[in-house]
Amino acid sequence: MELLNPNVGLVFWMMISFLLLLVLLRKFAWKPIISTIKNREESIHKALNAAIEAEKKLGTLKSENEALLAQAKKEREEILKEAREARERMITEAKDKAQQEAGLLLASARDNIQNEKMKAITELRNQVAVLSIEIAEKILKEKLSDDKKQQEVMDTILKEVTLN
Amino acid sequence: MARVQTSIIITIWAVLLWISLPVLSWSQHHEDNHHQASQNETHAESHSDHHEAEELDFSAFIKHHISDDYSFHIAGDVSVPLPVIIYEPGKGLDIFLSTAFHHADENHLSRGKYYYHHGKLVIPDLNTDGSLQTDEHGHPIGKHEATLGDLISGNKHVFYNFSITKNVFGLLLGVSLLLIIFSTVAGKYKSNPDKAPSGLQGLLEILILFVQNDIVRQFIGDKHYQRFVPYILTLFFFILINNLLGLIPIFPGSANVTGNIAITMTLALLSLILVVANGSKHFWGHILNPPGVPLPVKILLVPIELIGIITKPFSLMIRLFANITAGHIIIMSIIGITFIIQSYVVGVVTSVFSVAMFMLELLVAFIQAYIFSLLTAQMIGQAVDDGHHVEHETSHH
Repeated sequence: MELLNPNVGLVFWMMISFLLLLVLLRKFAWKPIISTIKNREESIHKALNAAIEAEKKLGTLKSENEALLAQAKKEREEILKEAREARERMITEAKDKAQQEAGLLLASARDNIQNEKMKAITELRNQVAVLSIEIAEKILKEKLSDDKKQQEVMDTILKEVTLN
Repeated sequence: MARVQTSIIITIWAVLLWISLPVLSWSQHHEDNHHQASQNETHAESHSDHHEAEELDFSAFIKHHISDDYSFHIAGDVSVPLPVIIYEPGKGLDIFLSTAFHHADENHLSRGKYYYHHGKLVIPDLNTDGSLQTDEHGHPIGKHEATLGDLISGNKHVFYNFSITKNVFGLLLGVSLLLIIFSTVAGKYKSNPDKAPSGLQGLLEILILFVQNDIVRQFIGDKHYQRFVPYILTLFFFILINNLLGLIPIFPGSANVTGNIAITMTLALLSLILVVANGSKHFWGHILNPPGVPLPVKILLVPIELIGIITKPFSLMIRLFANITAGHIIIMSIIGITFIIQSYVVGVVTSVFSVAMFMLELLVAFIQAYIFSLLTAQMIGQAVDDGHHVEHETSHH
């Protein structure tokens, strides 16, 4: 039973040393350690939250970027398409115009040629008329140079008239 | 490969040597006793008596190991002297070193009045003729060191022992180690508060957070727990370090501090004081005037509840004391088998057994520190509970 009977001296030393230990550890160990751990926990918590937020922001930024990129691509394609269309349209327009011009030119050339031809024909006719008059004049002058001949002509003409 | 083998062999030898230290010290001790006995006793001893004396000696050796002593015995005649501080009512303080007890016996009292035998100190009563009064075993009787039993029974035939005994030495060693370890670790926290813990700090942080969150916070509740964190942390690490120091078989370890009833009683008493001092109205109301209980049952219930306040810390006291003391006794007994059977083969087997027991005791050292802190936290938790989460609290039982 000796083991179960606490010694007064040991209780005394135990009480003193344990309470001293409690006071010293409380002041110099537990308080600084626990407050540091708590602060660290809070800062880790904050950092984690910030990281999550940043990730979220990054995500939205990324999707925005992607949307922008897609839009830009689409716009580029549209512009290219428009350009291609414009080019084709311009080419066809130019072709049409050229054809038209060429047609017009040809028509005017043809008109000119016709005009010139008509002019030339008229002139030729005039010239032929003049020449034939001159020839006729010369022939008449020859024929009418003596009376006999003159008579003859008169006779032929009269013959012709009576015949008519 | 060769290096690994060498280190394994060295480890095995170290473990065997470590285990055999208490054994060696016992055999030396035993021989000394035997010498003294043969010198002192005049009549011839029969063979059977001799054997019986040997076995008795071993149980005395175990008892000596788990009890307190005035000096710190290491091996054979080698022991570390410790200061002895005796207060004898009416005669004042007497302070000297435990070396004064060397070579003292019934005929030569230390400092003229102290009789020291196997860790016990007596100030013998004298017969009228000046000879010592003795009991039936021939040991002198007289004033012995005061125990709690003496204080309660009012026995005035005592002296007060405030010596730095083996247990007080172990206690102070444990306290100093805790102060050194935790002031170092706290310094580390202060110098780089934002860095991840490293080394010892990392190990202790796990334990500190475990005690704070899984013991104190869980059982006392978010509202009140912060006040009690320093006490429960101190309690946990005090029990743990003394349990572990007690497992080291040589000086300065091996003192059976947490296996001493005075130590566990003080711890249990502090827990009781905390419960009584922090008891809420709700807590005392439930004990002194249980609601919804008819009067005749109340008369029966109130004393039981009042006793219940005492029995919880009482069981804490006994649990820690019994577990640690039993661990020491079992390890010593397993080693003792070798010397009782006197066989090398048994020696090998018991060595393996005692290694297993040491491992188990390492586990017990943690478990007991954990249980004591946990039950203390639970007691405090019940005391401070102000009745807002009654259902939550009762679901714990």
